[in-house]
Amino acid sequence: MELTGAKIIVECLIEQNVDTVFGYPGGAVLPLYDALYDKSDKITHVLTAHEQGASHAADGYARSTGKVGICIATSGPGATNLVTGIATAQMDSVPLVAITGNVPVTLLGKDSFQEVDISGITMPITKHNYIVKDVKDLANIMREAFEIAVSGRPGPVLIDIPKDVQTSVCEYKAATPCEKELVFDRLSDESLEEAVRLLKESENPMCYVGGGVIISDASEKVRTFLDLIDAPSCVSLMGCGAIRSDSHRYTGLVGMHGSKVSNVCVNNCDLLIVIGARFSDRVVSKASSFAKNAKIIQIDVDPAEIDKNIATTCHLLGDINVVLEKLCDKIKKPLVHDEWMETVAQYKRRFPLLTNQESQRASEVIHALNDILGENDIVTTEVGQHQIWSAQFVDHKNPRRFLTSGGLGTMGYGTGASIGAQMGNKNSRVVNIAGDGCFRMNSNELTTISKYNLPIVIIVMNNHTLGMVRQWQTLFYKGHYSQTTLDTPIDWLLLAKAYGVEGRRISPGDDAKKILEEAFELKKPVVIDVEIPLDDKVFPIVPPGNSIKDMQGVVEIDLI
Amino acid sequence: MADLKEMRFTLSLLVKNHSGVLQRVVGLFSRRGYNIDSLSVGRTNDDGVSRITIVILGDTSIVKQIKNQVEKLVDVIRVSIITAENGIQSELILIKLSTENGNRTNVIELSELFKAKVVDVTHTTITLQLTGSNNKIQSFLDLATPFGIVELTRTGITAIGRGEKSLKDTPYEQL
Repeated sequence: MELTGAKIIVECLIEQNVDTVFGYPGGAVLPLYDALYDKSDKITHVLTAHEQGASHAADGYARSTGKVGICIATSGPGATNLVTGIATAQMDSVPLVAITGNVPVTLLGKDSFQEVDISGITMPITKHNYIVKDVKDLANIMREAFEIAVSGRPGPVLIDIPKDVQTSVCEYKAATPCEKELVFDRLSDESLEEAVRLLKESENPMCYVGGGVIISDASEKVRTFLDLIDAPSCVSLMGCGAIRSDSHRYTGLVGMHGSKVSNVCVNNCDLLIVIGARFSDRVVSKASSFAKNAKIIQIDVDPAEIDKNIATTCHLLGDINVVLEKLCDKIKKPLVHDEWMETVAQYKRRFPLLTNQESQRASEVIHALNDILGENDIVTTEVGQHQIWSAQFVDHKNPRRFLTSGGLGTMGYGTGASIGAQMGNKNSRVVNIAGDGCFRMNSNELTTISKYNLPIVIIVMNNHTLGMVRQWQTLFYKGHYSQTTLDTPIDWLLLAKAYGVEGRRISPGDDAKKILEEAFELKKPVVIDVEIPLDDKVFPIVPPGNSIKDMQGVVEIDLI
Repeated sequence: MADLKEMRFTLSLLVKNHSGVLQRVVGLFSRRGYNIDSLSVGRTNDDGVSRITIVILGDTSIVKQIKNQVEKLVDVIRVSIITAENGIQSELILIKLSTENGNRTNVIELSELFKAKVVDVTHTTITLQLTGSNNKIQSFLDLATPFGIVELTRTGITAIGRGEKSLKDTPYEQL
């Protein structure tokens, strides 16, 4: 049948089983929004306050559901407003399809009104992008975009569609979406054999698990693998949720804000098995001293991650599910490392994750939250101290339940992400843990939360400062608090009220759990202002340039 | 361990013939801090495919990184590293030399030695076209410089693998 480009876009979205999109209309996407209007029974469009919110919402939707997130914006400023969200998705390998309108093909390159070369702008921050200049190519490009977004190492794809392409007509034939293929064509038997040999020789093996495990839904396989090889595991920020934090194998975060246990184990192990992680500088710190007593096995789907930051002994290229399955088959008999596991257990008793500072308010509130949240509830965060506290203290139970901007470190991510998470998980409770600095950035999205009456609870850890930057200023910049003090007298509860959102406050001495429970019972959006001390810090910390074994702010308990 | 000596490497890429492909490839090099020494691009016998030859300076670990990153680009079909052993590399230069000092004969003599072709002559200059490997061109330039180079343009290295196979049929190689 003959359809306009705009209708083809919508039909292609339906082909891909898309039922929710996030966006903001404008001149260059008028035809597309008209087509969406006609199909509003099949596709729910969530109108955000700002395009950046739409991109983060699509990201939160994708991370929490495993599906592709879709965001839509008009040309020019609409498109550029998506940029931070797209870059966030790129750094954390999140499958997104971003659709932007542009000026008609004949006006491209003429500095037309609201024209911007968004394909040029987003080239470094997308897995791939397109500008569609002929309506005949549109359907195939849409399909290809979805395939690219999810295949191998996922990532964002942008499709820029000029307005006249949206109004031109061409023949459209429906197609069924391709099944995602698990990549393992570069996985060699020799490398598997070598890995098995290394694993069997090792006396103190340690795993380091990253976001790749979450993205590829390989958590179950990783947990089985850990039992089979009898090893402990640390996680990167992106790997939170891959392993239950109450597991005796779990040692917590690794790296700059890692637990002492993780960092000591990485330093002392004789074999480090890296699964879906990329040796980020926030993990590795001083590269020359990272895991220097260990041989390294790296499992990743992306060949470009092999030996990029840290040289490995052996690498296994392919989808983690496939690699671990083959590896487990070859190992056959469970390995035993009783002595090593006992040492790790002792480390865990000796170096508990406690904060040795004036207050533990943030962690207390998070512990109270842990008492309330169930298996399927979702925590999103912004970026900074509250983010690391959340990663440290939230009870991680399942993958895709802890959404945070790891690679790009995008302040303002969490509010948008919580919207996407709630839209994709109607039966889960969604909590966004924010700092006051981050919440200022994208609190405009309260508009969206209010409009759709999403029962999201936003906890603002309010220390009236950019806490993480202040912490660095205290530790490394002689206490020069340059531009980090946020002492404007903002009443967050009044702000919430202005948006039609409920507000609560947790003050010192209050029963945090009770207040949180009441907030959830409202089944409405709620902002909770949690006053925390100005100078609470994230500990432990590896000062920049140090080896990860040299940490500050470690609490040590005398076991004798 | 990786060999850390800085060397010249020639990368040959088959890419889809779309607008913007060159930008994607070159953009990748600049944002990851890889230095391009020379670059040449052209169509191939297949209308849908172009070929890019890039010479880079780096150690083997850098080259491996570059190859892996370039291979990830959706528009890149195949990447191969061409060396003196496995391939032929050649470049074309056009060079305008001064003959003001009455040394036209000497210039022509030099050009004959290097099998360069005279493509233009004026009262005061002579323009030569020369093809060959990087080494040949460098030696020629060393000898021609004293005459006075008025201007010089180079196409950049282009390269092709030895043997029966085409790059398209070369299997993926893991470095």
